[in-house]
Amino acid sequence: MLDDFMVRASLAGIGVAVAAAPLGCFVVWRRMAYFGDATAHAAILGVALSLALSMSIFVGALTIALLMALTVSLLSGRGYAMDTLLGVLAHSALAFGLVAVSFLTGVRIDLMAYLFGDILAVSVGDLGVIWAGAGLVVALIGWRWSALLTSTLNEDLAYASGIDPKREQLVLTFALAITVAVAIKVVGVLLIAAMLIIPAAAARPLSRTPEGMAIAAGIIGILSAIVGLRAAYVFDTPAAPTIVCVAAVTFLTTSLIRGVKLVR
Amino acid sequence: MSLIEVEDLSVRYGARTVLSRVSMHIEPGEIVTIVGPNGSGKTSLLRAIIGAVKPAQGRVSQGGGVKIGYVPQKLHIDGTLPITVTRFLKLPSGAAAKQIEQALTQAGVPDLAKSQLSQLSGGQFQRVLLARALIGTPDVLLLDEATQGLDQRGSASFYQQIEQVRQATGCAVLMISHELHVVMSASDRVICLNGHVCCEGTPAVVASAPEYRALFGTGTGGALALYRHEHDHGHDHDHDNCDHTHTEAAE
Repeated sequence: MLDDFMVRASLAGIGVAVAAAPLGCFVVWRRMAYFGDATAHAAILGVALSLALSMSIFVGALTIALLMALTVSLLSGRGYAMDTLLGVLAHSALAFGLVAVSFLTGVRIDLMAYLFGDILAVSVGDLGVIWAGAGLVVALIGWRWSALLTSTLNEDLAYASGIDPKREQLVLTFALAITVAVAIKVVGVLLIAAMLIIPAAAARPLSRTPEGMAIAAGIIGILSAIVGLRAAYVFDTPAAPTIVCVAAVTFLTTSLIRGVKLVR
Repeated sequence: MSLIEVEDLSVRYGARTVLSRVSMHIEPGEIVTIVGPNGSGKTSLLRAIIGAVKPAQGRVSQGGGVKIGYVPQKLHIDGTLPITVTRFLKLPSGAAAKQIEQALTQAGVPDLAKSQLSQLSGGQFQRVLLARALIGTPDVLLLDEATQGLDQRGSASFYQQIEQVRQATGCAVLMISHELHVVMSASDRVICLNGHVCCEGTPAVVASAPEYRALFGTGTGGALALYRHEHDHGHDHDHDNCDHTHTEAAE
């Protein structure tokens, strides 16, 4: 069954959707959308470094994404506004990454594959990495769920309950770095943030509780991956952008449903 | 043993010292109010007590097994986060349905269990925050400007609710407020803070202390008198050396 590239691609897309759903909810609730973007951009530098040092792309991307996320966490609130800091770091990392790739003599790499993903080329080994990463992210967020949610609502409320919101922020940062690293192959660095945010945003009008929103986001993400891949096959369009388009249409639909409900 | 004991506490943010050598304590069942101008370190004191800021010096200790219920100043619920009142009251460690029902009743909002947090009015929201603090029957309630954003009637009825809770549960209350006249008449003790403890004592003692008058003017002494009994209303007519802003505005 895994011999079929469409099956492998679907499983890869589902893996990313599963990890992105609960994480994406926190990204939306905490207004960290740009943070996700920045971490993903920085990962391109990780890709360049892993090619130069001929190590696994996953490890390189994970390392740089983690470093980037930690740097931002440490520097935030010290002089520069968060979005300025993210803009500087993310785009510098992306630029340095692109320049570094050009120095790699003898390696002809298809940069587009990392910017937009190459889901149809996912190997069985890639699948293992994606699902292990997704499992880790879901387990991590599930384990810290209540503490994360309390810190998201109010930091002082968290402190008063004996929770350290800074530690919870690190948990999210770590989960984000893993998700970025596993998703590079599937949707590419430019569209990772879309897989985080759009399913969560589409799930919002359908949900009454945080848990409900995370599950709805997961279902929307999985459906987007399956339908998007099928559509890309039928219409011969690029796979990752098609998946994101399906998610975007879902967002539009649930928003309209909400609008109709409000009018009545 | 006191419920909460603050000894020689100093708090610094970078090079700025916001609290210097503050000592205070809270005994079971009493209502203590902290008053002080903006930037006087009131919120920092409360945050040090819940462990949100680390003391630069001194220490904060709690009696053995003392439970603290904390009502934050303001809580912004992002519109993207769907959450019902019941789910909110279960954070972070879960609470039985019966506890939730009881807490909501004590806070005066028994019917809101199924409502979305983002759709509550200001007064309802404060009461839900109060209900959350009441879960697990705390020994002391900490309230940080809990009536900010409520109109005068709303905040008066909120304070009545606090008083009822204290009578029902016997918990102590430590609160910060800028509404001197309302709060001070309900307090057992008032601590006037301005980076350090300026003065402390019963509301009447604090209101007549020179340190307090230097911070708030003598006008507030009159405001206090309005809410107390008739026999000290002689203060009101003492306009000779009074920089009462209302009088100036009228002239």
